[in-house]
Amino acid sequence: MDASTPVSVRDLHKRFGSLEVLKGISMDAQAGDVVSVIGASGSGKSTFLRCINLLETYESGDIYIFGERLAVDPKGRIDNRQADRIRRRVGMVFQSFNLWSHRTVLQNLTEAPIHVLGLSRRVAEERAESLLEKVGIGDKRNNYPNHLSGGQQQRAAIARALAMEPDVLLFDEPTSALDPELVGEVLRVMRALTEERRTMIIVTHEMRFAREVSSKVLYFDQGLIEEEGPPEQVFGAPRSARCRQFIRQAFDG
Amino acid sequence: MFALQGFGPMLLQGTLMTIQVALLATFFGVLIGIVMALMKLSSSRVARLIGDIYTTIVRGVPILVLILLFYFGAISGVNALARAVGYTQFIDLSAFVAGTAALALAFGAYATEVFRGAFQSIPKGQIEAARALSMSRFTAFRRVSLPQVWRIALPGLGNIFLVILKETALVSVIGVEELMRKTEFAVGFTKAPFTFFLFAAFIYLGLTVVSMGVLQILERRANRGYAATGAQS
Repeated sequence: MDASTPVSVRDLHKRFGSLEVLKGISMDAQAGDVVSVIGASGSGKSTFLRCINLLETYESGDIYIFGERLAVDPKGRIDNRQADRIRRRVGMVFQSFNLWSHRTVLQNLTEAPIHVLGLSRRVAEERAESLLEKVGIGDKRNNYPNHLSGGQQQRAAIARALAMEPDVLLFDEPTSALDPELVGEVLRVMRALTEERRTMIIVTHEMRFAREVSSKVLYFDQGLIEEEGPPEQVFGAPRSARCRQFIRQAFDG
Repeated sequence: MFALQGFGPMLLQGTLMTIQVALLATFFGVLIGIVMALMKLSSSRVARLIGDIYTTIVRGVPILVLILLFYFGAISGVNALARAVGYTQFIDLSAFVAGTAALALAFGAYATEVFRGAFQSIPKGQIEAARALSMSRFTAFRRVSLPQVWRIALPGLGNIFLVILKETALVSVIGVEELMRKTEFAVGFTKAPFTFFLFAAFIYLGLTVVSMGVLQILERRANRGYAATGAQS
């Protein structure tokens, strides 16, 4: 596999018990690609995303991160050292933020750089402060997460992921847990990131956003990629009838 | 207020010994509790079984019996071992060690359940976030789980501490020179039981009040960042 391709997935199958949630997913994300994954709830898109950084394991198929094949055996065991290595390059932003409630915003950002990358506290804090400025919550550095609004928490969580300087960023429905009036501030931060030519894979229900920022859109349906292509095609002239119906409902709703 | 008839310094010594036994039992009890809680939560069936057996036995036997079993059992055990390796003299195991160990074991059994609940109450997403940021399982445990477990476990642990603090009186039966033992000595000497037992009662009460104050400070410290909204998303 090509070491310059950040994410490459081949024929991925995953089941939870008797329920097959991924039925053979293949895709590539090239450097700088912004791939949006859309589809109904339960179509397997979040599970797919979580396989990429090994938060979920899978039964068959292959995932390559910069050409390195992830080692997952059929019993779901992973190589922890490899997982730690891969996760340094692949950051993740969760639907429910998952900030650590016992640490301030600044500490949330410095924790992994200090304890994983071995940065000095001073360097880690400088990096954290500039990232907090970048996402627009520099004044919240000493607040605890529970004292922030959802939008501020998610922006802090994005900054936390960026503090590891990942090559790839995974977003798992980053705005789904937010009140409608807070969605915009998070999308603005994400839009700025797409302009930095960072590789991003975004599972989202924000169709307008996906249409504007994506280089590629994947429409998931019942564990399969039902439609894929540039946003003009998937949103403008989908070949699949089910995708067409999904898009129409998404924009009408 | 009290006429201690010159027994004051001795009772003070006893009080210090009581504090020492209680703190040591707490320290080791907390360690035992964390380890046993992790075993009970582990995916290994053997580990879970060991945890269950431990908490069932220790919680099912009176602490006094536990102390006596530990003291005499350990003495005969150590001596049998000594004889086996050719050592013929009788070894007297320190009552202090046996008594403290028995209390630590008791503390640990109750603490196991407190820690188990505390570990389970940490949102899974917080651990996932740590793992996604490339923290090893151990680092995630040390930096994310453990600090948050304190906050949740602290009231429960404080409760156990208050109980164990008074159960230290039981180790007087195997001759540990703590407050109760010293008090009984003073009573035997002066024939003024009410005075001295009442004095001991006030000492225990005083220790309890101080402990409660310390616990309150610790809890307030642990709750930084949680107070204002309480809501956790």
